[in-house]
Amino acid sequence: MTPRPGSTVHDVAVTVNGAERRARVIPRLLLADLLREEWGLTGTHLGCEHGACGACTVLVDGEPTRSCLVFAVQVDGCRVDTVEGLAGPGPGLHPLQEAFRSRHALQCGFCTPGILMTLVAYLRLHPSPSETEIREALSGNLCRCTGYQHIVQAALDAAAAGREAVPAP
Amino acid sequence: MRPAPFEYFAPRTVEEALDLLARHGDEAKLLAGGQSLVPMMNMRLVRPAVVVDLNRVAALGAMREDGGRLHLGALVRQHALERDGRVAAAAPLLAEAAPLIGHLQTRARGTIGGSLAHADPAAELPACMIALDAVFHLRSARGPRACSARDFFRGLLSTALEPDELLAGVEVPGAPAARAGHGFAEVARRHGDFALVGACAVLALDAAGVCRHARLVIFGAGDGPHLVRAAAALIGERPAAARLAEAGRAGAAEIDARADLHATAEYRRRVAAGIAARALQRAAARAEAA
Amino acid sequence: MKFVGDRQLRKEDPRLLTGRGRYVGDLALPGMLHAVLLRSPHAHARVRRVSADRARAHPGVVDVVTFADLGGAGRAYPMVPPHPELRGHNFAPLAGDRVRFVGEAVAAVVADSRYTAEDARDLLEVDYEVLPSAQSLAPGAPAVHDDSPDNLAGRVTLARGDVEAALRGAPRVASLRLRIGRGGGQPMETRGLVADWNPALDQLTVWASSQVPHQIRQFVADLLDLAPHQVRVIAPDVGGGFGAKLIVYPEDVLIPFLARRLARPVRWIEDRLEHMLAATQEREQEHDVTVGFDDAGRLLALRDRFVHDTGAYTPRGLVVPLLTASMLTGPYRIPAVESSFESRYTHRVPVTPYRGAGQPQAVFVIERVLDLVARETGCDRAQVRLANLVRAEDMPWDTGLPNYRGRGHVVLDSGDLSSVLRRALESARYDARTAEAAAARATGRLLGVGVACYVELTGVGPFESARVRIDAAGRIAAWSGVSTQGQGLETTLAQVAADELGVTPADVSVTTGDTAGVEHGTGSFASRAAVVGGNAVALAARDVRVKARALAARALGIDEADLEQAGPTFADRRRPERRVTFAELARLAGAATAALGVEPGLESTRFFQPTDMTYSSGAHVALVELDPLSAAVRILGYWMSHDSGRLINPLIVEGQLQGAVALGIGSALLEEVAYDEAGQLLAGSYMDYLLPTATDVPTMTIDHLETLSPLNPLGLKGVGESGTLPVPAVLASAIEDAVGPAGGRVTRMPLGPSRLLDLLPPA
Repeated sequence: MTPRPGSTVHDVAVTVNGAERRARVIPRLLLADLLREEWGLTGTHLGCEHGACGACTVLVDGEPTRSCLVFAVQVDGCRVDTVEGLAGPGPGLHPLQEAFRSRHALQCGFCTPGILMTLVAYLRLHPSPSETEIREALSGNLCRCTGYQHIVQAALDAAAAGREAVPAP
Repeated sequence: MRPAPFEYFAPRTVEEALDLLARHGDEAKLLAGGQSLVPMMNMRLVRPAVVVDLNRVAALGAMREDGGRLHLGALVRQHALERDGRVAAAAPLLAEAAPLIGHLQTRARGTIGGSLAHADPAAELPACMIALDAVFHLRSARGPRACSARDFFRGLLSTALEPDELLAGVEVPGAPAARAGHGFAEVARRHGDFALVGACAVLALDAAGVCRHARLVIFGAGDGPHLVRAAAALIGERPAAARLAEAGRAGAAEIDARADLHATAEYRRRVAAGIAARALQRAAARAEAA
Repeated sequence: MKFVGDRQLRKEDPRLLTGRGRYVGDLALPGMLHAVLLRSPHAHARVRRVSADRARAHPGVVDVVTFADLGGAGRAYPMVPPHPELRGHNFAPLAGDRVRFVGEAVAAVVADSRYTAEDARDLLEVDYEVLPSAQSLAPGAPAVHDDSPDNLAGRVTLARGDVEAALRGAPRVASLRLRIGRGGGQPMETRGLVADWNPALDQLTVWASSQVPHQIRQFVADLLDLAPHQVRVIAPDVGGGFGAKLIVYPEDVLIPFLARRLARPVRWIEDRLEHMLAATQEREQEHDVTVGFDDAGRLLALRDRFVHDTGAYTPRGLVVPLLTASMLTGPYRIPAVESSFESRYTHRVPVTPYRGAGQPQAVFVIERVLDLVARETGCDRAQVRLANLVRAEDMPWDTGLPNYRGRGHVVLDSGDLSSVLRRALESARYDARTAEAAAARATGRLLGVGVACYVELTGVGPFESARVRIDAAGRIAAWSGVSTQGQGLETTLAQVAADELGVTPADVSVTTGDTAGVEHGTGSFASRAAVVGGNAVALAARDVRVKARALAARALGIDEADLEQAGPTFADRRRPERRVTFAELARLAGAATAALGVEPGLESTRFFQPTDMTYSSGAHVALVELDPLSAAVRILGYWMSHDSGRLINPLIVEGQLQGAVALGIGSALLEEVAYDEAGQLLAGSYMDYLLPTATDVPTMTIDHLETLSPLNPLGLKGVGESGTLPVPAVLASAIEDAVGPAGGRVTRMPLGPSRLLDLLPPA
């Protein structure tokens, strides 16, 4: 009996938030669904499923990636970082999360994980962004609640705190 | 929205990829960055039975520069154009246009080859490649061939690629002369959107300030990037503002402007002239300063 | 007040920031099935046959359901609220033999995975007899409902004074024709439900991404023939509402029906393309307005006639056009007014309120009129507004127009509208900016300043409920009938309760949106949650404190006057070592005997029933520049002054205002739902329906003024929608200023690139 097309299962091994996970996936399973449905990492959200809203943004090998546009099978051997891994094992929040809280940079919270992951990657490469640069960096992440102003302020705060945290030579 | 079922292959070499294409023909789609293909698959607008993932073909991801010529493998990510100093040096037009291609996430995953093969009429890269007179390297199981950027783009979302071919890489010649300058201008509804209309220009001047090389491409206005014929008439003249404005108007008149939800044909026609002039002006300013 | 008024950081943030929010799509119940819906590709058609055999036979498919399978649940929903002029029609959980808009759901497929369900959906075959559809508001269009051949859903006239006589007597008269396009709330989280029937408890539990869980419960109970106590509806974390989740939709009953029918949990998550098609929209109207005025720019008469597109059904009756019509005069004194409309059916998705609810249209109309009057008389636009604003000493000001409820008039209860406008002008340095813009225009730049004022109807009833309870462990819990979609009610209601109880917000756990928490509730919409919900919480918390004090006094054997409270502990002022805690008092109350003289429990359920709406107000100023080549608009500066009464949490209020302005910018410059002549949605995805991004929204300056509402104990007014109301108007005003007298006039929204280009002055 011929197997149904697309039913061939592929094994993937992925380092998720620093820990290795394995799964058997059919080709069309979206990375977002692997994270959410298979592994219960529901912090990454699906807002549009066509690559426009950015809510599903995670880091794949450190790069901000729309997880609705990547198939799970494609990340075999890759490192994937999601919002659940930002805060680290202790009780505190990541400085970016702290900044978001202090500045009221989230309301419904649905777009927030995607924005956090985008900013984490961006600030790593651009530690001293201007307000305009931050707005442009966020242009691929839609937020319907906040009007972005507090998000931008929080990002600037986090960037400044990040620069202060760098030990002097 | 979830895609219809498909079989998945992740070849490691170009030969393997070509073999898969030859075997599966138009049942197969090549997957590069996925930024154009996967949305369509999620919406079930396309339902390939086979997906050939090129992301593991290391040979396609290489970038090198030799003697001012830039060799870009098809799988080079779009953000390399803004990050890699070799691009800024050898093809600054690409470095300038790159940040306007979609968003951070688009450019992190999207590839040069993917954008070129998709041939959206409002995309920046096809137009830039034509302006730079790039050469495209196509490959199939039947063998390799080269194609000028200009000849590669055939119309709305259509290219010279045969069903069993893939775009393996692009060769971008260096600046056409010592006193060369590029210019880029675009109008989009929001930052990162496809252009409503845009233009890229490359001008080179001689020691007397007379134009010796002029290429102007207008994109977004018609079915594809348009290499402006009237730009040739700039050769032998000085790039004065009024002359450039006239060239822009002439260029816009060559295009059969299209309408869509975002702008009327009339809008594109009217704005194309000014945008083309703006790109020419910027190119002239850079050439003069070079 | 210690916490009300404070910029408290939000209690909900730690979980939302760390990805531990629980939205309906995150819920996975054992044995859960996945539903997808087949939606009509035609705007108007008879459904002759749905062939489901191939779909049913597909591996992994559990069921396919059409209208015929609904049985008693296959009935049209009631309409809320009723109106004597309404010729209303509402939908059922699935379309039956007729579909009336592209996207109306015709069948449901339930399978073991989302992927499988979509595959099976592709195998459904529907035999449609396509019919001509009504895609315009012009008379003569095909009938959407057989018993309303003229497609009239309602016709209403509201009037004050004799407008015809006033127009005849006015020294000057001018007219405008204005058009506003369709748009939608577009929350980042689409709609969705998980429903679970528990046969052991005979209970249906429904998690719904909704603004109105209690209303869903009522509809589910009615249509599925269950008692209300058998249905529990929970709105978990909800990723935005903005009105898109305001009504009870067909799916809100269909999915629970499926769960009961299949005796397994069922999850349905709307995808974005579906949301574009099937989530309700609003705003589309065509106005013909005539104004009579004098040379000093005083408004003497205003007559507005408009046609309102209500789409294929009227789940919210005539609410939207009634709001537009009744709020037409805004913050201005106009002695003679007539505001009339026809609401017409079209074969499009139904129109129900989205953020602003008919009021942005009213603001657009009156503000365009004021700019017109300013231009005709040569008066400055801000001065002309100041001259016509209702003055503080006029309050409460009866506008003379019946309110949208039809009981009473629109009466502006309080506010200092002139101050609000002056403060916005000052904050923006209006005089300097207008001079600067004029100077820039003289050099060929297209720089302009705009101004707009508004009042907003807030705090609608009928009531909101709250239950506050202290348990035997001393935990303080509050439940409210409102639900949350990001407005921070977990925090703000805790602030209110904390002040009433003498504790801190961290001590009060607030649950919203759960019908098991309070038996009766209304929900979150119409800028009512903090106002009506907050006051209900205050009343209930007050009761609990009163009772706690009485019990504490008895327990300590002293007079209440000698009690000293420190958080959850009461002590005897004279012998402070004698004390009693909330926990002990709750235990005492838990075993209350007749002798104790109180009823058991340290809790109270209270309702706040507002006697009337309470009105917020504000003024916005915008500075814009247009690119002379492309006409693209850049907003260079944005200032607002607003008055929404007492602010529970100014930080949260600022977030609401900023978000609402962003949404307004979208509706002015980017967002337009477009249909073709066949009723096909042209803006079907985020490629075409453009939401504002971080580069489209300016940094805004906000000034607060607090004139307390006299209509509720806490002096609150709503603010959730405020920021949206004047945005199209202020941008129209600024753009018109920028293009100068040789440029075009702004008479429609939104303004896309082509329309903007047409406004530019000739080269």
